[in-house]
Amino acid sequence: MQVACHEISLAYRVRGKRLEALSDVSFRVAEHEFVCVLGPSGCGKTTLLKILAGLLQPQRGRVDFVGRPGNNPLTAMVFQDHGLFPWMTVLQNVTFGLEMRGVGRDEREGRAFPLLERAGLARFTRNYPHELSIGMKQRAGLLRAFVTDPEVLLMDEPFASLDAQTKLVLQDELLRMLGDVPRPVVYVTHDIDEAILLGDRIIVLTARPGRVQGEFRVTFPRPRTLAVMHTPAFADLKGLIWRQLEEAVRSVARQ
Amino acid sequence: MNATDRLAKAGLADTPDEAAAETPFAEGERRGRESWLGLLLPVSLLLLWEVTARAGWLTQLFFPAPSVVVQTLIRLMASGELPRHLGISLQRIGQGFLLGAIPGLVLGLTMGWIRPVRLLLDPLISAFFTVPRLALFPLLMMIFGVGEASKIVIIAIGVFFPTLINSVAGVRAIHEVHFEVARSYGARPWSIFTRVVLPGSLPLIFAGLRLSLGLALLLVIGIEFISARTGLGAFLWFAWETFKTEHVYVGMLVAASLGAGIAAVLRLAEHWLLPWSEGLFHR
Repeated sequence: MQVACHEISLAYRVRGKRLEALSDVSFRVAEHEFVCVLGPSGCGKTTLLKILAGLLQPQRGRVDFVGRPGNNPLTAMVFQDHGLFPWMTVLQNVTFGLEMRGVGRDEREGRAFPLLERAGLARFTRNYPHELSIGMKQRAGLLRAFVTDPEVLLMDEPFASLDAQTKLVLQDELLRMLGDVPRPVVYVTHDIDEAILLGDRIIVLTARPGRVQGEFRVTFPRPRTLAVMHTPAFADLKGLIWRQLEEAVRSVARQ
Repeated sequence: MNATDRLAKAGLADTPDEAAAETPFAEGERRGRESWLGLLLPVSLLLLWEVTARAGWLTQLFFPAPSVVVQTLIRLMASGELPRHLGISLQRIGQGFLLGAIPGLVLGLTMGWIRPVRLLLDPLISAFFTVPRLALFPLLMMIFGVGEASKIVIIAIGVFFPTLINSVAGVRAIHEVHFEVARSYGARPWSIFTRVVLPGSLPLIFAGLRLSLGLALLLVIGIEFISARTGLGAFLWFAWETFKTEHVYVGMLVAASLGAGIAAVLRLAEHWLLPWSEGLFHR
């Protein structure tokens, strides 16, 4: 299955004024492709992801899930700041998506436990989110999406609030969890390093309203490790992307 | 060995918040030793009162010795007079509470969750909320008579508003992301209600229930002063009319204990039902 966005536009109404968030955004995500959407703060990245998740309807344009009858695939979204329910235990949070899809308790737990084990959370299944570190919370947020085995995985800057070391650890874990990317992934970030490390292709958006400004292909082979970050090719690509993104970032900083 | 293990070995993997660690042992021990300080002043004052009352320095008519009050309490409990009054007040509180809290909760959750319902009802609720509850009592007695119904209805009205307002606030305090998570995983409205709206609003609902029960106690005593022959309020009023000061003290003691007891039961229920809510508060 492929994801195809056709000329998506969306505007919000803020205190009576029209605020354009996205303007004519078009791109495709192939069957086994990890696409990073990169852009400065407020360029509509999260809005785009919410449209793909079906949480928002675009005012113009459409999203096609090519090869999916009914155009209604199983998506799973990983939220910024984990979005765990404070009133549910780790296990209840992780299995929430399965529960909503009508999967029975035994099967839910049978699918969740191996993942919890691998993520080092097996000892914390009965704990509540406030009893976990921020890194553990974000891991649980990732597992909640992965355990549903979605057809499309959507990730909204899941590591943005982590400290630098924890972020590297989780990026490394994510690379291993994804392996050779068995499904289309759309990953939103404002971090160039993260986009190059994780993505197969990077779509750069302009400052608000977000438009597609450019695309970069990342050719590091998979499975990848953090070691690619220390290669000259990585630094070269980072320089290229920064040159394209710089003006948008500076214009946001001036506002 | 995976990356987490490798990093854990290198001391880099994250662990549950260090910040949430227990109070250091010595500090905890010191706090334990200091806990009796809170009892020092009340116990000293009671002793002082007992001694001065027995010595005749205090007018027995207004300030009977605490030991006399306790003896009267024991006598009234043993005779069954006090339990009868207490039971009737509790029954009124219980009935009024259920009659007010259930609609308050249902309407509050609906108003908090469904914006048009909130916009429709908010002005009416705000207008009614400002009317002092006891000011409604004469009208309620006209409508429902001087029997039990008017008493239960006034308590129900008193309980209704704090429960409703806190339920609305409880739902509105739930972060939007939790609704988005539920919807993104395909939750239907009923699941959103049972898995997000209701549990997410419970901490503020409990705060509302605590307020409501305090108000119910206040109202039951107030209305029993005016229009009852039984109940804790009536017992207190009769004690003042017959100038039985010890009975007045016993009535106050029982009313205060009842308030403290209700609050303790609710705290216990909250602790048991909402173990996660500790994470919401920082002190």
